[in-house]
Amino acid sequence: MALRVKALESLLVEKGLVDPAALDAIVDHYEHKVGPRNGARVVARAWSDPAFKARLMADATEAIAELDYTGRQGEHMVVVENTPGLHNLVVCTLCSCYPWPVLGLPPVWYKSSAYRSRAVIDPRGVIAEFGTELSEDIEVRVWDSTAEVRYLVLPERPAGTEGLDEAALAALVTRDGMIGTARL
Amino acid sequence: MNGVHDMGGMQNLGAMVPEPEGSPFHADWEGRVHAMTVASPTRGNIDAGRHQREKIPGPEYLAMSYYEKWFRSLSELLVLRGLATRDELATGKAAPGAKATPYLLAEAVEPSLTRRGSYVRDVNAAPLFAPGDAVRARNLNPDGHTRLPRYARGRIGVVVAAHGAHVFPDSNAHGKGEDPHPLYTVRFTARELWGEAANPRDSVSLDLWEPYLERA
Repeated sequence: MALRVKALESLLVEKGLVDPAALDAIVDHYEHKVGPRNGARVVARAWSDPAFKARLMADATEAIAELDYTGRQGEHMVVVENTPGLHNLVVCTLCSCYPWPVLGLPPVWYKSSAYRSRAVIDPRGVIAEFGTELSEDIEVRVWDSTAEVRYLVLPERPAGTEGLDEAALAALVTRDGMIGTARL
Repeated sequence: MNGVHDMGGMQNLGAMVPEPEGSPFHADWEGRVHAMTVASPTRGNIDAGRHQREKIPGPEYLAMSYYEKWFRSLSELLVLRGLATRDELATGKAAPGAKATPYLLAEAVEPSLTRRGSYVRDVNAAPLFAPGDAVRARNLNPDGHTRLPRYARGRIGVVVAAHGAHVFPDSNAHGKGEDPHPLYTVRFTARELWGEAANPRDSVSLDLWEPYLERA
């Protein structure tokens, strides 16, 4: 594949269809400027600042833009909150829709046939394969991203974290916790 | 199109393979494919790009990696839009001709990637449904692009959110215009979708356009 991709890039550059420096900048953006640490900051702020959390739950797109996380695949954000009795799980069964500005590009498993097929019919089994056994009496809500709405899970704040500042809280937040395949 | 891409509810497609947080690309070529797809003049229509990947024949689709699918669909779209010929793609050499101007220049990348876009459009008609309404997903089997998965067709759910009118992929993917329609989040119980063995507490919510729905 590497050679075929290189040949296509050479062709498109030769034809003037793409700017190779733009390709470098796009790769840099998705490798370094977006990723799950962005989402972790959103979660940590929601845990620390009740007014921000209220804005986040009312209009997630606007609240997330306060932290300057905007752009493609984050145009219409919705945040869904976990509670002791409720767990949320996000999937895109038809392709691989994912909230890029807050989580970056998705991991391989999120795009896999295995996850896309099973998350809706067997969410508890999927979550168990990631290491978390959910009690039968916890409600599981699966969100299938079939349009341009993108979902971010707000995990529960772990117990015993009362004294931590936002940076320390953000370090506790995992990518899988914001997709819903893990519970913090 | 009832293709293999519409895989919600299938079983036996493999186990979960957890992955640590890290680079989203697992080889340099994956990043280049992603970047070329974003920077290419074919990028304007996200629905057409999705449909192009769905049109990869099923047996191949299931065997290809994610960025192999992106590479294939980018190549096909370049030919379909008249931006490159199959001969050029095969040889890697441009035929003689005028040089184009790139669709996306380096200095425009950050503003373009972080720009606050929207798929919401103004429409005159009032939405037919409101949160709390019971709706049934229609039994539609179009041979073109659709975002109504098979597993929800014919099932009854409840509208839990209304999002205004959004660009309609079934039209936009085929270059037939944005044709915006109201978009709703509809919650189906797991038992409605999967039968009595499902946990009675669980549900699956989908974002569905009004033409996919009828009052239940």
